[in-house]
Amino acid sequence: MIGTGILKGMAVTARNFVGSYFEKDRLITVQYPEERSPLPENYRNFPFLPYDGDDPHAGLRCVACKICEKECPPQCIYIVKSEDKKPDYMGKPQFYPKVFDIDISVCMSCQICVEVCPFEAIKMDKVFELSRRERFDALLLRKSDLAKSNEYYHSICPTDAAGVDAKLAGAVAAAAKKKAAAAAATPPGAGSTSAAGGALPTAASA
Amino acid sequence: MNVALEGEIVRRLKPVFGYLHRNHEKIGENATYLSSMPYTDRLDYFCSMTNNWAYALSVEKLAGIEVPERAEYLRVILAELTRLQNHASLLGFLLNDMGAWGTPLMYAFREREKILDLFESLSGSRMMCDYMRFGGCRCDTPPGWMEYARKLVDAFPRFIEELEKLVVGNEVVIARTQNVGKLSAELAINAGITGPMLRACGVNYDLRKVDGYGFYPRFKFRIPLGEHGDTYDRLMMRVLEMRESVVILKQAFEQIQDGPIMNPKVKIRAFRPPVGEAYGRIEAPKGELGFYLISDGGTNPYRYRVRPPSFINLTVLEDLNLNPHPY
Amino acid sequence: MEALEQVKSRIEAAVPGVKIDIVQNPGPANQPSLLIDNEHAPAIAQFLRDDPALRFDFCSNVTGVDWLDRTVKKTVKVKKSIDGEEKEVTETTEEHFPGYLEAVYHLYSMTQKHGPVVIRMRTPNRADGARLPSLTPIWRSAELQEREIFDLYGIRFEGHPDLRRILMWDEFVDHPMRKDYREPDDYEYEPTPHDDVLERTKQHYPARPQLDGAEEITATDLH
Repeated sequence: MIGTGILKGMAVTARNFVGSYFEKDRLITVQYPEERSPLPENYRNFPFLPYDGDDPHAGLRCVACKICEKECPPQCIYIVKSEDKKPDYMGKPQFYPKVFDIDISVCMSCQICVEVCPFEAIKMDKVFELSRRERFDALLLRKSDLAKSNEYYHSICPTDAAGVDAKLAGAVAAAAKKKAAAAAATPPGAGSTSAAGGALPTAASA
Repeated sequence: MNVALEGEIVRRLKPVFGYLHRNHEKIGENATYLSSMPYTDRLDYFCSMTNNWAYALSVEKLAGIEVPERAEYLRVILAELTRLQNHASLLGFLLNDMGAWGTPLMYAFREREKILDLFESLSGSRMMCDYMRFGGCRCDTPPGWMEYARKLVDAFPRFIEELEKLVVGNEVVIARTQNVGKLSAELAINAGITGPMLRACGVNYDLRKVDGYGFYPRFKFRIPLGEHGDTYDRLMMRVLEMRESVVILKQAFEQIQDGPIMNPKVKIRAFRPPVGEAYGRIEAPKGELGFYLISDGGTNPYRYRVRPPSFINLTVLEDLNLNPHPY
Repeated sequence: MEALEQVKSRIEAAVPGVKIDIVQNPGPANQPSLLIDNEHAPAIAQFLRDDPALRFDFCSNVTGVDWLDRTVKKTVKVKKSIDGEEKEVTETTEEHFPGYLEAVYHLYSMTQKHGPVVIRMRTPNRADGARLPSLTPIWRSAELQEREIFDLYGIRFEGHPDLRRILMWDEFVDHPMRKDYREPDDYEYEPTPHDDVLERTKQHYPARPQLDGAEEITATDLH
């Protein structure tokens, strides 16, 4: 009979309508911004630069190697290397970025910069409410906007951050062990020269 | 489209392309191999996982890279999930355009949202996944992901049945799709039509079976075929393919084992494949998606070509509209 | 499927006067291709499509490639006798290869389920309006793709039913996929230009005033 197909369809819509009051599977949306669904840990949106300790300048891990600038697909990263050096987390003097800009109106949050970074210096953030009234300068994040503390990184990605910390601590420990072995191997008279090539012992805690 | 009409009957139709053209291929030639990966997401934002796979497959062919077993299984799982959400949304859009308004589309989007939640918790982004890499996948599944995916796939047939009830017997759908837009098998083959559109004409050509890429030969599934090549068959092809995708997914969840997810020999930075060329193709939800790459040994491909499924399927747009109309 | 050499000899037997070379592919993909001569291309395509053993009825991918002119410098050490004395002299020879545009077709068989066979055609030079025969009469799937090559590379396909620009607008003059294509300077204005983009931006745009307190602009200001 003509019309039975339509009636069957109506039954489906009725079931969905009534079901949306009782079954969570049939109504999955939430009333944003009053309600928010939790973000998964892997969620990513725009990069930031984590720093160790309290000082965003001293603790910044970036050494201005510009690998991320080269690999960035939409070319939204702009780095100017410093002339002088500052000690990194191992105490080794390294260059640092004098300018580090990310244009988030161009950035597509692909996290390739995170993947190619050999220094764990750039990570993905989780902020997404970034609408601005101005299109250019307000959406150009400078080094001061990008630098965020390692604690912040721990608060958004606990698993990844713990892994990164363990890796960096392992590198520091390995370097210290190597230095100790080198110091033991060299005769006491030549000991003063070995420190120059290795890590500076006092800066390791910075 | 430039259309000449006589009443409601199409007499001539010329599609006009290029309004969304951004010269993806030029971007690909000016970017490193890795940098092109997120751009492939944007070729078709419904199927970013399959786009990733097609590109990764071509580069793996070009450079002779092996993929670990777990990564291959994950690729199959993600590709079939992509197929589910693509086909569901397609049916929703079709019914939306046919006058059912948003209702079936919203049902489809509800199910799609659940799959996108899976993609998000795995890759970090709902649509722009950028998940696959040459020689594997970027990261392993987070804890609990596989159980959630399994539950979702187990619950999916209920949605397919509901969608089928909305579509199959509905008099309006039947009147407006059966015998409309008929395509013959000969023309479909000659015009390079691929995907569900080709199989709706009764041509048994599915790259999952023909090429057997990935781990598809390890799964038991059937290829649904149409008979008339009209819009109704094309529509039903999607419903039936969703059922087969569920079958594949269930087998994949059974077979997948723990293991490495990335080939450790592959360099991420400054990846340089050897000189040569390769054409890799997969069965994307919309048809054959291929990448043709020529390497001159540098960090950027010398030639980066995308063989898009939908663009070539539109070759016959005029023929579909000119065919005798039932009224 | 038959080996490519066998396909080649079969074509040579079927189409008289044809000239085919096998282009090797050194990479791991190991997919050599057939370079066919332009004059006999439609006949070769017809044979490939209709031969019962081959039946390449599905032309999957059609694309263009731009190969620039290139010069290869070779340095050879030659022994020469100068004033009766034998000396070793290094001689540099320059070999010049003219560039060409290439159309590449990837053929598969849907009935026999084999493939691919890759065929290529080359234009004699890179001039605008270099000609190649169209294979659209054999495979209709080439219709839009040959139009795309014409648009982006500038190869004219003779015998194509509807050769117009497809992606770029009709008034556009150049071919953007060519390797020596220079994009216009003012096509894009990035807020943070650097390197050569910065140079081009400076030439085309006046310095933008720094918007201090941009956040303070209220909705009423915008209306």
